[in-house]
Amino acid sequence: MKVEKRKKTIKTIRIDVDKCIGCMACEVICSAFHATPKYSSNNPARSRIRVIRDPIADIFVPVYAGEYAVAECAGRDKYTIDGKEYDECAFCRASCPSRDLFKEPDSGLPLKCDMCESDPPQEKPLCVQWCLNEALIYEVREEEAEEDGKIEDLETGLESLANKYGLNKIMDIVTRMSVSKKG
Amino acid sequence: MRYAETGFNLEIDLTRRSIERVATDPVDTELYLGGLGTSAKILWDRVPPEVEPFSPENLLIFSTGLLCGTPAPGCNRTIVSTISPQTRLMAFSMMGGFWAPELKHAGYDKVILRGRSPGLVYLWINNDKVEIRDAAHLKGKGAIETEELIRRELNEPKAQVAAIGLAGENRVYFASIEQGRSSASRGGIGAVMGDKGVKAIAVRGKGDINMARPEEFMELCNGVLKYIKLREDNPIPGVMPILAGLGSPQEMKVHDEKWHTENFMWGNSRTRRKDFWNEEIEKNWRATLENARIRLISCYNCPMKCAATLSVPGFPTYMMKCFSKLTYTMAAYSDLDFGLKIAQMATDYGVDAFSTPQVMAFALELLEAGILTGKDFPDIPADSEGRFFWLLDRIVRREGIGDVLANGTYWAARQIGNGAEEFAHNNIKKHEQLPLKLSMLNPIYFLMYATGEKINITQIEGQFPQAPFLTMEEREEFVKDWVQVPDEKFKQYLLDWEPRGEKSMPFYPTVEMCCDIVDWQERMHYIDDALGMCSGLSSFPLKPPYHIHNYPKFISSGAGIEMDEARLTQAAKRYRTLVRAINISRGMRRADEKPPENHWKKRFPELEKELLDTYYKFKGWNDDGIPTKESLHELGLDYVSEEFLRRGILSDSDNGSAEGTSVTRQETKVEDPHHEG
Ligand code: SF4
Ligand code: SF4
Ligand code: SF4
Repeated sequence: MKVEKRKKTIKTIRIDVDKCIGCMACEVICSAFHATPKYSSNNPARSRIRVIRDPIADIFVPVYAGEYAVAECAGRDKYTIDGKEYDECAFCRASCPSRDLFKEPDSGLPLKCDMCESDPPQEKPLCVQWCLNEALIYEVREEEAEEDGKIEDLETGLESLANKYGLNKIMDIVTRMSVSKKG
Repeated sequence: MRYAETGFNLEIDLTRRSIERVATDPVDTELYLGGLGTSAKILWDRVPPEVEPFSPENLLIFSTGLLCGTPAPGCNRTIVSTISPQTRLMAFSMMGGFWAPELKHAGYDKVILRGRSPGLVYLWINNDKVEIRDAAHLKGKGAIETEELIRRELNEPKAQVAAIGLAGENRVYFASIEQGRSSASRGGIGAVMGDKGVKAIAVRGKGDINMARPEEFMELCNGVLKYIKLREDNPIPGVMPILAGLGSPQEMKVHDEKWHTENFMWGNSRTRRKDFWNEEIEKNWRATLENARIRLISCYNCPMKCAATLSVPGFPTYMMKCFSKLTYTMAAYSDLDFGLKIAQMATDYGVDAFSTPQVMAFALELLEAGILTGKDFPDIPADSEGRFFWLLDRIVRREGIGDVLANGTYWAARQIGNGAEEFAHNNIKKHEQLPLKLSMLNPIYFLMYATGEKINITQIEGQFPQAPFLTMEEREEFVKDWVQVPDEKFKQYLLDWEPRGEKSMPFYPTVEMCCDIVDWQERMHYIDDALGMCSGLSSFPLKPPYHIHNYPKFISSGAGIEMDEARLTQAAKRYRTLVRAINISRGMRRADEKPPENHWKKRFPELEKELLDTYYKFKGWNDDGIPTKESLHELGLDYVSEEFLRRGILSDSDNGSAEGTSVTRQETKVEDPHHEG
């Protein structure tokens, strides 16, 4: 019997830094969209996209908020591209203790781009809609997910963790995590 | 809860080094909106006409507009107001960029500076924390350089910094305040900042700006963006390319400079070069701009790209917008390469790109005429470019003749004497104007030039086409979707307007129509200046996305203030009149309200008199340009007429006295024997 492969929707925002004019409109609309009630306030500090902007150095890089990082990386990266030196960690999406990017300014809680998930759904993410210069382009495509492969990977991973920490400890953590997720 | 605005001003006394956060009265917002409106009220209340521009009692107000910091596209203006050392009247100069929204997010609508710091300082406004910091190490540094140094020293790459250069520190009368890609240049406000001993104001803000009726407000914003796209895709046919689109003139984009170079004047606003532009120049200038330009950039929350980062070999990278591209080039009879180089230095020194080139060209004319001599210009290079660099340096340092020139052409001419006044020929109200000399009187522009208190024509004009369309088809096409008109009658004015014949300039549009048109254009600019809107998306271009019909909705859904067209018009009239009241109390009168003698070759004195008479009446001003008691009463400005009566500016019979009574006025009269006052 043939195994049915799962279809997965991949949402991509293509970022063309050459087209970015550094206007921060993406930040404005993201923060307004995520305000409660919706659009009731504007504050780029709450945006899930931030533009690294240094006009004199010709640096204009929109960066999206990704995962929350409990601890900062062991080392930092610093890129030089076309002779332009970017800040440490410039392209990283993490809301990380090492910087104040992607955190709610009052509570410090991490922010993460949710692709403007809403009901009814938006035609395009708001930042893309407000970027009239097309530095941000939204693309959706379907991909076949290699689910079996993934499960295998997971098993291998768990096994190595169990070897290291003992199976009981792993099970404890899983239980705790599932409780806290429900709560 | 206050919407759109924060409800707080920051009051900083530089003499006493005190910092206060002061709540504002919401009633003032209803009456004067914000930005220019509420700043004018503060200046009226707190800076009497006896206060000299360079006095600790003069205020320097950095204001956001009412809607800055909301998602309204292009709403990012910082309105700086004070008493100008050059015009000795109220100066209000706007800058785009990113500073005003940042201040709002920091929690303030305005920063009001008074007093004078004994040593050079800069201000660091970091949300609730506000500090006056020593700036001795920044003394003499360029404005752009200062911004970078401060960001680095504070370790705040996102701080927005407005700074002065050497010119401001040395109180050059046409010194600007620079802020990244933008500058507030007119009226010498940078000199007042220098006089107060403030090198820069750095701001970082992370607070919310609230909207009163969010969904409605966002719908309006989306409508604006949609309209901007539509206008981008459909430039207006039949007008010059720079008038066809939105935004400030797109000087960083265009290569075809035939129109500017052949219609604007070269040198000290002297020579028209009708056959200047050719293929070879186009090729060279194109190469110059393309090699220098790194990227087109915008202001906060605006999709237009009116500015550019430029890098010319041998000079640090800087940012430029608008017509500063050509002012130095044309004043020095040089080329674009020179223009872009000297503009870098001028920007870092922090000087106005309209006045400065004219002041330098004026100096060289005086040298040529023998009014100034070689002794005044020791070791000046022989070539025009070298001379301009030499002069710029002397002016911003106030060295030798530079000390005199630093006061602008009007005051410099009076100091030099010996017939120098004839060479300061391009001023209105003591301030250098656009280098334009035309043939036939344009009645609309006559009124704008004469009565404008923004002093700069580009900041008063807009909305109504500058010239009639040739054919009826074109006119019909234009009025078809002209939704911006406040009244249908404006469409008829345009439809009937002919390039030649009975219904052509200067007698058509008729005097009454001219009043309507000028009033409309001015009103839109004043509304922009209170809301903090860029005129490039509103009052300046033809068919802009913001206009009298959607503005009231923006204000009511954004700021939660009940507003309709009539109320908005009344509010704009109120603070526009207050600006005039401040200037009247400082001695401004009808005699000051005139374009340069030689602005047009063909003048019509009787028509001009009728235009001014009628417009004054239309505005509720008496024959001397003073707002009447009745009109002040109608606007709720009885406190102004009381003051006018007290000072003898108005008498009980409501006839304005032609004689100014203020100290300034008397001084002006002595200085200027040509006054008909
Ligand atoms: S809206 Fe687009 S152009 Fe503007 S800063 Fe964001 S990514 Fe750049
Ligand atoms: S996709 Fe939506 S949530 Fe993500 S950064 Fe853009 S506007 Fe914000
Ligand atoms: S239209 Fe141009 S000048 Fe105006 S806000 Fe936009 S980018 Fe700035």
